[in-house]
Amino acid sequence: MSGRVLVGVKRVIDYAVKIRVKPDNSGVVTDGVKHSMNPFCEIAVEEAVKMKEKKLIKEVVAVSCGPQQAQETIRTALAMGADRGIHVEVTGKDYDMLGPLQVSKIMAALAKKEDAQLIILGKQAIDGDCNQTGQMTAALLDWPQGTFASEVSLEGDTVKVVREIDGGLETIKINTPAVLTADLRLNTPRYATLPNIMKAKKKKIAKVKPADLGLDMTSRLEVLRVDEPPQRLAGVKVETVDDLVAKLKETGRL
Amino acid sequence: ILLFRTLGTTSSPAFSERSSLVGGVLDGVLSAFRSICGEDGVSLGEAVREQHGKDESVHRCCPPDVVLFPRCVEEVSALAKICSRHRLPIIPFGTGTGLEGGVSAVKGGVCFSLRNMDQVLDLHQEDFDVTVEPGVTRKALNAYLRGTGLWFPVDPGADASLCGMAATSASGTNAVRYGTMRENVLNLEVVLADGSVVHTAGMGRRPRKTAAGYNLTNLFVGSEGTLGIITKTTLRLYGIPEATVSAVCSFPSVQAAVDSTVQILQAGVPVARIEFLDDVMMDACNRFSSLSYAVTPTLFLEFHGSEGSLEEQVNTAEDITQSNSGSGFQWAKDAETRERLWKARHDAWYASLALRPGCKAYATDVCVPLSHLPQILVETKEDLIENRLTGPIVGHVGDGNFHCLMVVDPGDPEELHRVHLFVERLARRALAMDGTCTGEHGVGLGKRALLCEEMGPVAVQLMQRLKDAFDPRNLMNPGKILLPREL
Repeated sequence: MSGRVLVGVKRVIDYAVKIRVKPDNSGVVTDGVKHSMNPFCEIAVEEAVKMKEKKLIKEVVAVSCGPQQAQETIRTALAMGADRGIHVEVTGKDYDMLGPLQVSKIMAALAKKEDAQLIILGKQAIDGDCNQTGQMTAALLDWPQGTFASEVSLEGDTVKVVREIDGGLETIKINTPAVLTADLRLNTPRYATLPNIMKAKKKKIAKVKPADLGLDMTSRLEVLRVDEPPQRLAGVKVETVDDLVAKLKETGRL
Repeated sequence: ILLFRTLGTTSSPAFSERSSLVGGVLDGVLSAFRSICGEDGVSLGEAVREQHGKDESVHRCCPPDVVLFPRCVEEVSALAKICSRHRLPIIPFGTGTGLEGGVSAVKGGVCFSLRNMDQVLDLHQEDFDVTVEPGVTRKALNAYLRGTGLWFPVDPGADASLCGMAATSASGTNAVRYGTMRENVLNLEVVLADGSVVHTAGMGRRPRKTAAGYNLTNLFVGSEGTLGIITKTTLRLYGIPEATVSAVCSFPSVQAAVDSTVQILQAGVPVARIEFLDDVMMDACNRFSSLSYAVTPTLFLEFHGSEGSLEEQVNTAEDITQSNSGSGFQWAKDAETRERLWKARHDAWYASLALRPGCKAYATDVCVPLSHLPQILVETKEDLIENRLTGPIVGHVGDGNFHCLMVVDPGDPEELHRVHLFVERLARRALAMDGTCTGEHGVGLGKRALLCEEMGPVAVQLMQRLKDAFDPRNLMNPGKILLPREL
């Protein structure tokens, strides 16, 4: 086994920012808005770095797809302990429509090129909320998948994954190479320290284009419009229980 | 001390308790308020007013007559001008996490809730400074900074507003290494009672040190809203430690624990946190969290640094504790084990409350020079036993600051009275040992008389003159820090 782990990291609008929809309803405002690494991707990086610290794997490679700013996100992963980065340059309309199908094609191609033993992704991105990339990547590679992982243990050529599912927790054992997606409780990501941020500046980020990997980024989807959730209306106070019952009947709820 | 008359009161005061003068004037100004901060920015709702008339102390709720939600400093200034013109009290409100009744609107008036001003402005990474608005809490700031390798270490426990922390000169477990708010505020933007806006170190300025003019910045730090409304604070940031080690050690006596602390500091170990828990607290923590620590004075330590320096720090500290009859020295580097080691300290408040379910807790807060700490702790523990009071002790022993978490039955006036007297004796004991009646929590409502004893009449007179100069109409948070002159 190569001992190499690929981790996908996505640049998204920071979770603490109040999102605003553009006046023309074509999307959300991103100019001048704080961006950072998708929180689930942080958890994925942390898990990979922990594996390396325990000497279970040899190298952590951080991958991000997007314009030049995607390199900032890779630098954060490097500061957390990833060894090197790969920036897949996607810009313009291709970037606007970049989604799980395109990213999973990229991850699959890179996994083959880099002879990866594991791919670890966040379970979903907080902007798209698709929760598809990990699963599609596994399908394209015909690899097993351990999704919604809240606990991961490498055991030789297999991985034991405890998954968070609706009914509780499910434990599975899958062979490597495999795709894992990180859920919230998998770990608590470390904060990058200044010395590690300095060291990260010296680590290498290779730049490639999808075409170099023989990939077509065309999307089959078209965004028609984006709207804010409906404004919460003020409640109505009533004086008596009878009034309450009458109101409920009036609005068809009783 | 006012607070224990209030601890027994369970009902909140009625709307009519405000002064009728304020009531009559208020209706006239509401439309002026609305024209400045919008319909949504003015609230008369009873629940909203009650929420803004209390904090996490045991002081009863004194709701303001109206709560305003300004969105920027221009609105704060315009609103303050109106209040000034109509002689309405102004009470600034951050997160309501104070411990001394600082936001009680004792004379009614107008609460300025600053939570909508919640932007992190002007981060300068290479200069290690950032400017924030009052709606930014310390945890929100540290989350914002997480990709930069920087953090703001002052940690009073609660997720408090940073401007509120400046207003109360907050401190915390990290003070022994990183200082309190006094050492970490570089500049403030403040709206005065008459609406004028001042930058205490000059607009936008953030040199790491200065010798320019009177230190206005530190005058406002700790002024508890009585001199102006803080609308921006520029803070000193630090590098996130490369690595952290936590340690625990038990001692046969309070003296041994304090001696170890003094020697660790003297040895130049830059210990980040050094917390003392007494035997009563250790027992409470064992019961609450199912731990099995020795029921004896215990030190909880935390070290920050590079991998190499940590080893040296921990070894030096361990040697010192051993030479002071310390036992059971345990340390840990990974996050999960550190959490477990420090669990007792983190749960101290809840563990104390769990000693007597149904009771409330009040944290005392005094600070003395380190050399007096053993004596004051021994005398205080004797006082607790003699007066049959429940008061487990937790202390920021590196600063000489400690808290007795007084667990008291709010329905028992006799016990309340005993606690009241105990707290007064404790404060006077600290004053007699060259200390202060409040290390961290502030004066607020309950310690105004003690402040006079601590400072002496000349200093108090000077404070009163300053207050008169900044706020001649006594509109800024009346009833706090200084006793009214009429009494």
